[in-house]
Amino acid sequence: MAKLTIDRETCKGCGLCADVCPKHLLALSKDINAKGYHPICITEQDKCIGCAFCARMCPDAVIKVEK
Amino acid sequence: MAVVYEKTKLLTDKPLHYCPGCTHGIIHRLVAEAIDELGIQGKTIGIAPVGCAVFAYDYFNCDMMEAAHGRAPAVATGCKRVNPDNIVFTYQGDGDLASIGAAEITHAATRGENITVIFVNNAIYGMTGGQMAPTTLPGQVTTTSPYGRDPKLCGYPIRISEMLATLDGPAYISRVSVHDVKHIMEAKKAIRKAFEMQIAGKGFSLVEVLSACPTNWGMTPQEALKWLEANMIPQYPLGVKKEVE
Repeated sequence: MAKLTIDRETCKGCGLCADVCPKHLLALSKDINAKGYHPICITEQDKCIGCAFCARMCPDAVIKVEK
Repeated sequence: MAVVYEKTKLLTDKPLHYCPGCTHGIIHRLVAEAIDELGIQGKTIGIAPVGCAVFAYDYFNCDMMEAAHGRAPAVATGCKRVNPDNIVFTYQGDGDLASIGAAEITHAATRGENITVIFVNNAIYGMTGGQMAPTTLPGQVTTTSPYGRDPKLCGYPIRISEMLATLDGPAYISRVSVHDVKHIMEAKKAIRKAFEMQIAGKGFSLVEVLSACPTNWGMTPQEALKWLEANMIPQYPLGVKKEVE
């Protein structure tokens, strides 16, 4: 099982990571961060395969992937 | 648990000021990762441009300098000639490199200066509010071409990589894109290769990276990447334009 750590306060909610997730596990949060963006969150952590596509796509380097 | 991917230490903790979905962040990360992997952090000097990436000196965890608009290749030339053992790169946008800095980049290339240039082409002036750039596509709407760029009135976009590849000076010139993960990986390889050419003393290396500007293109980040793939790549074909042995 893989683990994603998302830096919520640095995320700008562009959603590019969600588009490249092969398992469609990423979605924008309903709540907002201090900057006023809806940060990305992982919907089903246990289904993550740790491919790190999201982290490679993220323009703000907010995602850490462990496996 | 082993770390599969995390932010490289070559980027500082300062949050990037770029707009949501701007691919400058991806390109910063690729450059930082290449420097990290090559183990040249301690001797790398970066030259920041004028444009959206003007604050690049805040983001790269290596020595950085700021150049006047378009003059980064000239500053890099001096920097490299005085410190030939250092690795010197410039990070420039299309407004900086292809317009006001067209002379500096052309002459640095033809002199074969042993520097690396990261050229971010998003076909528009970003920081100043979305004006037409030398790289703006025919028909593309900008704030100074509200009916689309008319080549009869404004000329055609400049293909910098192809233009510089005709010169004898450059050692490595390549054009890449960052619109999906596969192309991001290829862009990383090209950027790494450009630094390797400099380390080997081969001479001038330039990587042109096609980049999205969702804000000034008036699109969502998702639409912008699709537009880049559909419109910019036909105008600016990807691939290695020049490589010396």
